[in-house]
Amino acid sequence: MSQTVALPRAFELPGGGRLPRLGSVDAVSLEGRAAELAKRSIKRESKIFALDLAIRMIDLTTLEGADTPGKVRALSAKAIRPDPGDANVPSVAAVCVYPTLVAVARRALAGSMVKVASVATAFPSGQAPLDVKLADVRAAVEAGADEIDMVIDRGAFLSGRIGEVYDEVVAVKEACGGAHLKVILETGELGSYDAVRRASLVAIAGGADFIKTSTGKVSPAATLPVALCMIEAIRDVYDETGLVVGMKTAGGIRAAKQAIQYLCVLHETLGAEWLTPDRFRFGASSLLNDLLLQLRKQRTGIYRSPDEFTLD
Amino acid sequence: MGAVEKPRTEVAAPASWDYAPSLEGREIVSLERRYGLYIGGKHISPKSRSWFTTISPATEEPLAEIAQAGQKDVALAVGAAREAFRTWSRRKPAERAKVLFRIARVLQERARELAVAESLDGGKPIKESRDVDLPLAAAHFFYYAGWADKLEYAFPGRSPKPLGVAAQIVPWNFPLLMLAWKIAPALACGNTVVLKPAETTPLTALLFADVCRQAEVPPGVVNIITGDGSTGAYLVREKGIDKVAFTGSTEVGKAIQRELAGRDVSLTLELGGKAANIVFDDCALDQAVEGIVNGIYFNQGHVCCAGSRLLVQESIHDQLVRKLKRRMATLRVGNPLDKNTDVGAINSSAQLERISELVQSGIDEGAELYQPPCRLPEKGWWFAPTVFTNVAQSHRIAREEIFGPVLSVLTFRTPDEAVEKANNTMYGLSAGVWTEKGSRILWMADRLRSGVVWGNTFNRFDPSSPFGGYKESGFGREGGRHGLEPYLRFE
Repeated sequence: MSQTVALPRAFELPGGGRLPRLGSVDAVSLEGRAAELAKRSIKRESKIFALDLAIRMIDLTTLEGADTPGKVRALSAKAIRPDPGDANVPSVAAVCVYPTLVAVARRALAGSMVKVASVATAFPSGQAPLDVKLADVRAAVEAGADEIDMVIDRGAFLSGRIGEVYDEVVAVKEACGGAHLKVILETGELGSYDAVRRASLVAIAGGADFIKTSTGKVSPAATLPVALCMIEAIRDVYDETGLVVGMKTAGGIRAAKQAIQYLCVLHETLGAEWLTPDRFRFGASSLLNDLLLQLRKQRTGIYRSPDEFTLD
Repeated sequence: MGAVEKPRTEVAAPASWDYAPSLEGREIVSLERRYGLYIGGKHISPKSRSWFTTISPATEEPLAEIAQAGQKDVALAVGAAREAFRTWSRRKPAERAKVLFRIARVLQERARELAVAESLDGGKPIKESRDVDLPLAAAHFFYYAGWADKLEYAFPGRSPKPLGVAAQIVPWNFPLLMLAWKIAPALACGNTVVLKPAETTPLTALLFADVCRQAEVPPGVVNIITGDGSTGAYLVREKGIDKVAFTGSTEVGKAIQRELAGRDVSLTLELGGKAANIVFDDCALDQAVEGIVNGIYFNQGHVCCAGSRLLVQESIHDQLVRKLKRRMATLRVGNPLDKNTDVGAINSSAQLERISELVQSGIDEGAELYQPPCRLPEKGWWFAPTVFTNVAQSHRIAREEIFGPVLSVLTFRTPDEAVEKANNTMYGLSAGVWTEKGSRILWMADRLRSGVVWGNTFNRFDPSSPFGGYKESGFGREGGRHGLEPYLRFE
């Protein structure tokens, strides 16, 4: 483990780009802007587009102690075909499980385009020795995970050992091999938007393909202002270096209406190029059925019974 | 990633995600064909027998016929107010408070209707009339209702007494909100009023007459007279008035002050501005951009305290301007009744002409113009959000009030230079300071000669906070305890 806390080393971005200034975030104005964007009124065809897109962006997730192969197989079937009654409804982006269930998901999703994502690095606390975390990652990748959702070491971050956080992201990235790396900041534990911005930049500098708000195990999880804060950091990195980093919000997003608010924040901050599952994800489970319900409502004009949609 | 290999009807994946129109229903407002004057609690036809048409600036569609008050009509209104003053001023203060509370509640109840009317008649986006104008107007009545029976405590030992009849002239940029700023403190202090809304935006003031009826405001306490500048001139010249409160252009403000010279009529003026929005290199950049946008494009820049001069520290100029231009491209210009509209219509053809003329002068004087690509509606009066870079202090666009969505960007090197440039104007209404350093905000606020200094925000209003100008931006304060003083005499 590196002893250094020297930021300059930590901020060498892949590709040798220039560092966006660390900068600061004004909480009042950030929350004001997020609240303003939450008021966008999305109707008709633009709503159908958003609902369809949100489905394609879902990492359909189960992260319980009680997860079993049966549960994961059911979830995978849902991921491939969320609405058996409507062939026009797309598949979700990925299924997200614990490392021990990656192999099950891999088999269940064979032949589909749905990815397998796995949490790793002693999720959700991240409180384990580095070699254990790296072994966790390697095991998930070997079992067939396309994407790894790691957690940062908040203990290190909050005690000022920023260099250690960075080194760990670098090490996990290396352990990922070809798998995509999503770095969970657990923003609910970081305490301020300034810290969220700093953690975003550290994760990106360390090689994150995506940065992600939360584990879903801590409250508050994703909020609109936190997402805006991280998206602004992604935008600054893109402006300064051309590096494209994706964004994942997770935890507490259950309603289609909320999902659309996140898409408005994304759209009006990073632009239409980010409106793709390659660059944005929702970590969610119950959100999917509300999206299906709302999509059916938009297409038929009628709210159907929730019983028409499968619970998996 | 994500798409599965099975046939499905593709939902169009457009290069941009166009939001479908989401219109606020206008059925909630039922407009009469014609509106007379509201004098002594009655709607009456003008003795002048002349009428004019108020139109929607977004569509040029005629909305209603409005009375043009002549000299006799003005005299009648002032007489009614004088008459009502005898009883209203002697009413128990707590009873006056009740009336004001009722007005506030009726405004809240009818908020949607009034917001739609405001956007129809004035061209401002519905999200602003809904989220800013109406809530603030109601808040002003709530706030001053609370003062009505506490005037002795506001000015201990000074025996505050009402002045009499207040002649109030309000502008077209925030018609109902400015009405509230004027009427609420006047009534709380025991005065009666004759209010003249602007020629291009009389509707909400006339609907307010009905609010007064619902709130059981005694006849003659609030009188609304409509008309052009000549009506305002009659009102100021009328013998029976004790006070004039005017919000509008510096030019008219000066004329009013000349008119009142030598008369025992007190005066407050809230006039133009050319506010500096000062951005230091250590600020929260993305939030500063939001503040800049809100400072100048809010209400199409028809704001006397608009942050129309951006003073940016030279070291972050390029980065800030890049961010600002990108943000401007996301502004949605169009139908004021669309809930997603950020920038609405210019209030009148005359104002559009003035904006265009000043923008042309900016181009001629060598400043660099940028407007984001945006499609403006064919009918009505529109102006795309505009920013000028490479602006010098000597350019007209840096010195004159444009009162439109036009921002002039200048640079500074040190805090001293920022203060010097910010104060180098004939106006002094507001300023904004953006920095992470709290001590610097206070240092700047001490030195900026403007009535309001916002720290890391802009265009924020609250009824408890006094508002008013230095120099040619006027005198007197509206809002807060300070806002009571212009409506009282002290023994």
